[in-house]
Amino acid sequence: MKVSKCKGMVDLLPLDMAKFRHIEQVFRDSCLKRGYGEIRTPTLEYLHLFTASGTLTPGMLGRVYSFLDWDGWSGERVVLRPDGTIPAVRLYLENLESGKITKLFYVENTFTFEETGRERRERWQCSTELIGSSEPLADVELMLLALEVLRELGIGPLMVRLSHAGLIKTLLKEFGLGAAEQTEIFDRVLEGDIKALGEIKTDNADLERALALLLDVKGISPNFVGNVRALLGKALPSFEPSLNDLASITEMLSVMDCPYEIDITSGRGFEYYTGIMFQFYSSTERVGGGGRYDDLIPLVGGPPIPASGFALYMDRLMDMLKMEAISYQRVLVKPQASDMSVLKTSLETACLLREAGYIAELDLGQEKPSGYRWLLSMPKHGLFQLVDQTTGGKSKASSQAEVLKIMEESN
Amino acid sequence: MKLALPKGRLLQDTAALLEKAGLGLTGYNERARSYRPKSTKFPDLFPKVFQEKDVPIQVAIGNYDLGICGLDWVEELLAKYPSGDLVKVGELGYGKNDLYVVASRYGGVSSVGEINNGFEKVRIVSEYQNLAELFALRQRVKRFSILPIWGAAEVYPPESAELAIIAEASVGSFAKYDLVPLARILMSKAVLIANRNSLAKANMSKLLTHLRTTEAETEEELPMPTVMGGRLKKLPKDDSVIRLALPDGHQQRPTMEFLQEAGIGIRGYAEPLKTRRPAIDMGGTSVKVIRPQDMPSQVANENFDLAVTGEDWLKDHLYRFPSSPVVKVLNLGFGRVTIVAVVSEDLPINDVNQLRNQVGRLLATVRVASEYVNIADKYARDNHLERYKIIPTWGASEAFLPEDADLLIENTETGKTLSKHKLRVIDTLFKSSACLIGNSNALADPLKRDRIEHIINIMEETAKRG
Repeated sequence: MKVSKCKGMVDLLPLDMAKFRHIEQVFRDSCLKRGYGEIRTPTLEYLHLFTASGTLTPGMLGRVYSFLDWDGWSGERVVLRPDGTIPAVRLYLENLESGKITKLFYVENTFTFEETGRERRERWQCSTELIGSSEPLADVELMLLALEVLRELGIGPLMVRLSHAGLIKTLLKEFGLGAAEQTEIFDRVLEGDIKALGEIKTDNADLERALALLLDVKGISPNFVGNVRALLGKALPSFEPSLNDLASITEMLSVMDCPYEIDITSGRGFEYYTGIMFQFYSSTERVGGGGRYDDLIPLVGGPPIPASGFALYMDRLMDMLKMEAISYQRVLVKPQASDMSVLKTSLETACLLREAGYIAELDLGQEKPSGYRWLLSMPKHGLFQLVDQTTGGKSKASSQAEVLKIMEESN
Repeated sequence: MKLALPKGRLLQDTAALLEKAGLGLTGYNERARSYRPKSTKFPDLFPKVFQEKDVPIQVAIGNYDLGICGLDWVEELLAKYPSGDLVKVGELGYGKNDLYVVASRYGGVSSVGEINNGFEKVRIVSEYQNLAELFALRQRVKRFSILPIWGAAEVYPPESAELAIIAEASVGSFAKYDLVPLARILMSKAVLIANRNSLAKANMSKLLTHLRTTEAETEEELPMPTVMGGRLKKLPKDDSVIRLALPDGHQQRPTMEFLQEAGIGIRGYAEPLKTRRPAIDMGGTSVKVIRPQDMPSQVANENFDLAVTGEDWLKDHLYRFPSSPVVKVLNLGFGRVTIVAVVSEDLPINDVNQLRNQVGRLLATVRVASEYVNIADKYARDNHLERYKIIPTWGASEAFLPEDADLLIENTETGKTLSKHKLRVIDTLFKSSACLIGNSNALADPLKRDRIEHIINIMEETAKRG
């Protein structure tokens, strides 16, 4: 009977894991150097952690993997975590809450049901949470950190698309929409419906002109924010906080030569965003995103502590990552006789090669070895024979030191 | 062509509809003992009778091409499995059974908008657990638990649940239970449903022509009636009162006789049941009548301190929740049944070893039907039925064999029903009889201990006299 994996789940094979670990390592190094501490939250959380914050849409909560735990006779469910940030905030409040700025990062999977089973139901992300700062500089640091990781992974050309949850929420409010309608349109924007904002009708000419500018033009300088400000006229005061925030952030990004564009429809993700929302693109592919979520910690039951964070989507990065074939430095050591002395020399040679940084494997009787740069034959008597599979060049060596020398010279 | 028909509530109207449609069905009436009526007009038609709740599942998984049941059960299935192969063909014009979210008059809320502020944690009791969850998520209820039950939802609020989701033909029926409807979440009537693949491939035109459906009515949203005199005050909670659950259904008569024998006076617990809150002549004790299947969970979650149920349902609960605080306090001795594993006589299988050997041969997957989901699951696991699936049923399980299940885990008193349905017992799991169960925290509670011991002593004496 053939047994297959569950629908929507993914097997990670050795090459996938090599990419996975590489991304993880680059991400970890960048975070650790900036003083971020690594955390890992449990895979299971109470469902009410997510329902209590009221920040995942009913649609999202309808697709969580939820079930009764072994002691779930009360009828309260647990879930496989559908999101990384809310559990991270829970972890912070339960263990780390202080008046200080707390910088956290994690590499975790999230689970969301997807009906067809063709899309992934388990996804991996590299995420950071910067808790305790409301400064625009904190958001900029996060963006620069993400861009550095992406650049180091060779992903690009990179572009940051900026939107602003505060700005959108103010717009919806100023348009005079009811609370339910405001939430509905904001959710549509977050789910990627770029037409949602354009459908709103208003009698206020100032608002209409400002919205038209925001929808028609993608700003690439802080001056764009100034232009929007100018068109808003009498409506300006309620927009001031959001626009000032956006102006400071774009000013810093410009100084840092960071490629960005302001596209108000680009915000994606979660209802818990309150301020800047940023999406990282490599050409047309969205590879990550994040934003400011100053209201989330109070919603989860904590004090009013501002925070922002981002996630890089590992599944997408793994698809884009070009890894050099790791066969490049692999050596297969082939004992040519079965007596113990040859075996001993072969094992010792393999050890030496490993110490020198090569991947050295002992031949376990493969018929046609493939994926190795070098084949090293160990005869009972006479010289070692070394074949470079990339050139077909054959060499002979009288000692292990000589083998190493030949290999180094040909690199 | 296979047609799944409902037992119970919709049977009479459905039989009339099929009669009018000229199907010439024999053996589909209240008194019929067979689950397989025959059609004289359509010899190729294979109709089978199910519990209404099972009909949409059977059609969705493709065991049946067409089915008739209430829209409520269709929506309950779709709430959890929206991408299945179930198609609603049309309404049949009878069997009105709308779904309401209700609270107690004494519960402290009188509108949906008050739910989040009215309660710290909302317990929602319902036979429709998927729709209940959907409602809670849509209302953005901050913290909730769903209490899935077999029935009698109306008796839970306010003590045992904040909200109930109940199907009723008319909104006026709630007043007699002291319940206030807060919202109508579904308008339901009998519907004709079909399997998507059957519709795509098979020629069902004759049947579809005969079973005329109408467009679903779009009624105006009913305004919810306001409660006379507004909302009533929350009832004070007395932590020393012993909350006892007694069973309805088959176990009701023997339980009643047992209590009489014990000299415990109880009013309102005679058949037919007039109230689910009978009065007991025992100070500091309150009684509710609920389904025996629901008792272990309801004792575990501390809605009740003591309950009279069967050992079968206690086991089913403990297999699912091994660290549950529910304990068996007393064997009461009546209601003896045997829990057995059963296959169709058509299968060349006489014991569980032979069954196991047929997995991957005669049977690709063993389909195990049972009301006892956890007992069935454990049995299949313990016996290494390598590849199996559990089909939960809501009664009339013997009808599942042989077409729609391979193995049945079922209770039997005499074995007569089983042999009448051409079924063969291949294994005996355990014997079960009525027992008194309790919550171990309540049993240890100094406020309750004396009263509980008093009840146990009386019942123990009676059980000994037997």
